[in-house]
This record gives sequence, structure tokens and C-alpha cells, in this order.
Amino acid sequence: MMIEVEIDQCVGGGQCVMAAPDVFDQDDDGLVVVLDDDPGPDRADDVALAARLCPARAIRLAGG
Amino acid sequence: MNDLPAFPMTRLTPFDPPPGYAAAREAGGLTRVRLWDDRTAWLVTGYEQVRSLLGDPRISVDRRRDGFPFPTPGREALERSGRTTFVGMDPPDHTRLRRVFTKYFAIRRIEALRPVVQGIVDDLITGILAAGPPADFVTALAGEVPSRTICHVLGMPLDDRARFQALDHERNTLTTSPENVIRATNEMLAYADELIERKRREPADDLISELVADQLGGDVVTREELVAAVRLLITAGHETTTNMIGLGIATLLRHPDQLAELRADPSLVPAAVEELLRYISIFHISPTRVVTEPIEIAGQRLEAGDGVIAAVAGANRDDAAFPDADTFDVHREARHHVAFGYGVHQCLGQPLARVELQTVVETLFRRVPSLRLAVDPAELEVKEYAFLSLAALPLTWDEPREDR
Repeated sequence: MMIEVEIDQCVGGGQCVMAAPDVFDQDDDGLVVVLDDDPGPDRADDVALAARLCPARAIRLAGG
Repeated sequence: MNDLPAFPMTRLTPFDPPPGYAAAREAGGLTRVRLWDDRTAWLVTGYEQVRSLLGDPRISVDRRRDGFPFPTPGREALERSGRTTFVGMDPPDHTRLRRVFTKYFAIRRIEALRPVVQGIVDDLITGILAAGPPADFVTALAGEVPSRTICHVLGMPLDDRARFQALDHERNTLTTSPENVIRATNEMLAYADELIERKRREPADDLISELVADQLGGDVVTREELVAAVRLLITAGHETTTNMIGLGIATLLRHPDQLAELRADPSLVPAAVEELLRYISIFHISPTRVVTEPIEIAGQRLEAGDGVIAAVAGANRDDAAFPDADTFDVHREARHHVAFGYGVHQCLGQPLARVELQTVVETLFRRVPSLRLAVDPAELEVKEYAFLSLAALPLTWDEPREDR
């Protein structure tokens, strides 16, 4: 599973950080930072939740 | 047209959305409603439809656009008066202005406030217990936690909270006349302007001082935009959380078995708070938008200039997204609710609301296990208000008082 984020779309809602704090973080401006862009399958559920909750649809997932 | 249901719709109880939402959802999720000014708008009540609508770039939050639907005359005055904040702007202006504020609401920063919020909640409960039963928890706790927290975060004197509480209450009461809404808004703006000036002269360790140091005199935000945004920061985190605390306590007291589970296992509290947010859905008048390019919802083509109302309280009771949605269940996975909205305008302050709600729920029922309603639940009265709101929440408990 590869994670891509569209930083231009991010509105700093922090949903991804709450869903998967070991995979997503926020920078000094509160915008998304990906800590691990290829997390293991055990993180798939939380990462999928993060992508689903993102209000700006700024997180894209590829691969299984 | 007079046959169309009127909006806003009335709630029959504080704990259930207007019955018209379920009827509209069952009829396909899209229904036409009549507004106070005899204009019509589309009411969207299905979960997937609300999410897809609020995430769609072909709608606008710009209140100056023709066709923008307003739920009351006072609301029209409120949203068209005063200065616009990012809440009433579309991208790219929205993006530029919202990003000025995102850093202050980053998860890590808000989590660091937990000890402050815990102290506020503990002090208030200690005072309530010392005064003895019964007490109105809307005034004694629900109104105090958010206003004290906001005073701390923004760096406002605690004594100022009565002033901004009264103004905000007037602005959000649906029956307030347009003239009084505008007057209250202008007073709030004057207060925000004074606060900015004070923090410029005497900076302290608070959000407004930091904001002033970061942005005043810079080229990202004008002073007028900053004043409007500070007004928003003062009000947005206040009435909403107050009403969620009051209704959240009442909801939990109506489900004593689940409340007992929460007390036995505090790790359930965060999920319980998400379920409360979903179940109660306090944004009574709902996010409203105007269509800018034709879009299709539930097989219906909406034209540019059509007003739309995203009924988040209806979406949060959609069985397709939340099985058996009318049942309150703290074990439910409810995180995907739309109580804070959805799309680029989703609530910026939601991490702070969560910290306050989680702290209140965990602390109150731990310290006052015998807490219960002092009146019949049918006597709890909902106010004519922008946010679902209890007029009072009379509670009682057993003495001797707890000694923790």
C-alpha cells in the first residue's frame, strides 16, 4: 500500500493523525506530513480510515 | 409551493432529528423545502449524498451569491453583515485564510491542553458538589467548560466571558431580529479588535498574541480579516461545545447501562464521544450552500443558483452508514459521522471539542456516580436556536458528597 498526499488540498483537519498517528503527522502549519508512505498490511485499516475521513480528500492510496 | 415542508424543521424531542428528515431520506434523500422568505431549497438527508455534496467543488459557501439559502431573517442578516471569514469563502481565498489558523488547532497542540481542561472541569465539579444538589448543569458546567477553555487558549480575561456569551447567545437565537443580530455582531467585532490591540501592546503566552505576532502587518491577512477571524475563534468554540456537553450528559443519563460500562472502562470514552456527536448532531440549521454549476443528486439535476441544505443530523441517522442508526450505542464505530460537517469547511476546532467532551464525560461520571435527572426527561426543553440546545438541565445526586 503506497500513500500519496495532495498537500495543496490539505485543510489541516487532523483526521488522518487521529486515525493513524504512526503514519501521519502535521507540520508547523498544521498540514499533513506522511511519516511512513508504505506502511505494512497491519496498518491498512487505520490508513484506509484516514483516507476516508479526510474532509479534503487529500490522501490517495495505491496497491494492496 | 405552500405544500412544501418548511425549513428549519422542528425537533419533537431533544434526542431525535425532526421526523421530516427520516421521511425525506426514505423518499430518496432529496426533497424540496420552503424557507421563511418563500424561496425554496433542496434538503439533502442521506449520508452518502451529504458527504458527496459537501465535498463537491460545484457548490459555494459565499453568502453574497444569488440564491444562497438562509434559514431565518436573523441568520441572513448575521451572515451577510459584518466581515466575512474563511467560513464564508470558497477556495482559493478560503485556503489562504484557513491555513493561517490550522497550526493552532494541530492535534499535538490541542492534546497538550488536556491538563488545562482537566483542571477546569475538576474545579467546576468541586464547586458544584460543594453547593449541593440540585444544580442546572447547563449554567454550572456546560456553559463554563468551553468559555473558560476559550479564555485560556485565546488569552482573554475570565471576567469577559459573560459579555461574549450574552452576545453570542443573541446572535444564535433564531428569533432575534436582524437589527439586533447586526448590533451583537458589531459588538463582538469591536471586542475582537480591542483584544488584538491589547495583545499587540502586551503580548502573552496565548493564541491571539501568537497570531498577532505571526500575522499583523504581514501580507497574508488584512487587519479586518484578522478581526473577523478572532471574532470567529471566540464564538465558534463556545456555544457548540456547550450544547454538546449538556445534551451529551442527558443522553448518557438516559442510557444507564452504557453509562455503567463507560465508568467501568474509561477507554470507551473516545468512542462514546463520537457516538454522542453522531447521535445528537447539534448543528440544527445545518450547513447551507448554493450550486454554482449543475450537479446531480439522487437522480435530480440541481441548477446553478439552487440553494441546498446539507442536513447533517439526517445523514448521521442514515441506516446505510450507521446500522440501526436511531439506536444510541457507545460500542458503535461512529468516527465517520458528519457532525462537524465534511469537505474543506469541516470544523477547524474539532480536536478541542473532543478534548473537552472526553474530559467532561470521563470526569463527571467518575466523580458523581449517582448523578441523575431531577425532572422528567419529557420536561427537557429545546430552544429555538441555531444549535440544538437545552434550556436547562436540572440534575441531582446523592450526598454525602464524594471525597476524591
